[in-house]
Amino acid sequence: MILTTFYILSAIAIVCALMVVLSKNPVHSVLYLVTCFFAFSGHYILMNAQFLAVVNIIVYAGAIMVLFLFVVMMLNLNKQNQLDKSNVARLASVIGAGALLLIIVASVKSAELDILGVTQLGELGTVQAIGKELFSTYLLPFEISSVLLFSAIVGAILLGKKEI
Amino acid sequence: MNETIQSIPLNYYIVLSSALFCIGILGVLVKRNAIIMFMSIELMLNAVNLLLVAFSAYSQNPAGQTFVFFIMIIAAVEVAVGLAILVMIFRNVHSIDIEKLQNLKW
Repeated sequence: MILTTFYILSAIAIVCALMVVLSKNPVHSVLYLVTCFFAFSGHYILMNAQFLAVVNIIVYAGAIMVLFLFVVMMLNLNKQNQLDKSNVARLASVIGAGALLLIIVASVKSAELDILGVTQLGELGTVQAIGKELFSTYLLPFEISSVLLFSAIVGAILLGKKEI
Repeated sequence: MNETIQSIPLNYYIVLSSALFCIGILGVLVKRNAIIMFMSIELMLNAVNLLLVAFSAYSQNPAGQTFVFFIMIIAAVEVAVGLAILVMIFRNVHSIDIEKLQNLKW
């Protein structure tokens, strides 16, 4: 049952990721990427990481992809959709990415990873557990990330102005 | 939920996220549209997130999931600034074809 769910979610994720790259229309790419992120959230729930599943939907599928969609529609890129490289460059890219995948899979195959010593998933990914970890061990990085977000807001506004 | 570890080996997650990562690399290499390249980078970040969560869950260490949380913050910041830069480029060059942005190359 769980394995079937895993296969279905993986198939959705990989097909949608391929469609992001292959589709000509940027709006379609954004929508496929949103579907892909929902599949990722399904994987997180499968691994008992509820907090990250919800944050993934809110931040990625909600905020970031809406920002992408907004920019694509604002720039009106639908007419210039013939933005692909030459056939030689495309073939070389496919071969390069495929070779990298081959190397990673081959090296993982020879590794013995099942000896991590854990037999069942605990209550690790709940909001309570992650919140305790964030506000005790990782309190300083958490506060610094607010400064990072603030500087990003300032930078985006500054770049968006007509004249600097 | 507890039978997840018994029924899904960790290797499956590694293969899945490396496949997604390679699809992201393919997107960056093939496309000339800067927005699609950005989306491919997001895809790669998410593949790494999935792997971090898998390792964190399979070794029962909450550090991995907090790292994923921070990676999401970084991704949000990167997208906000990057898309602002793209809009700026589009305003000046009237295109986001990266082949036309060769002023730094000589």
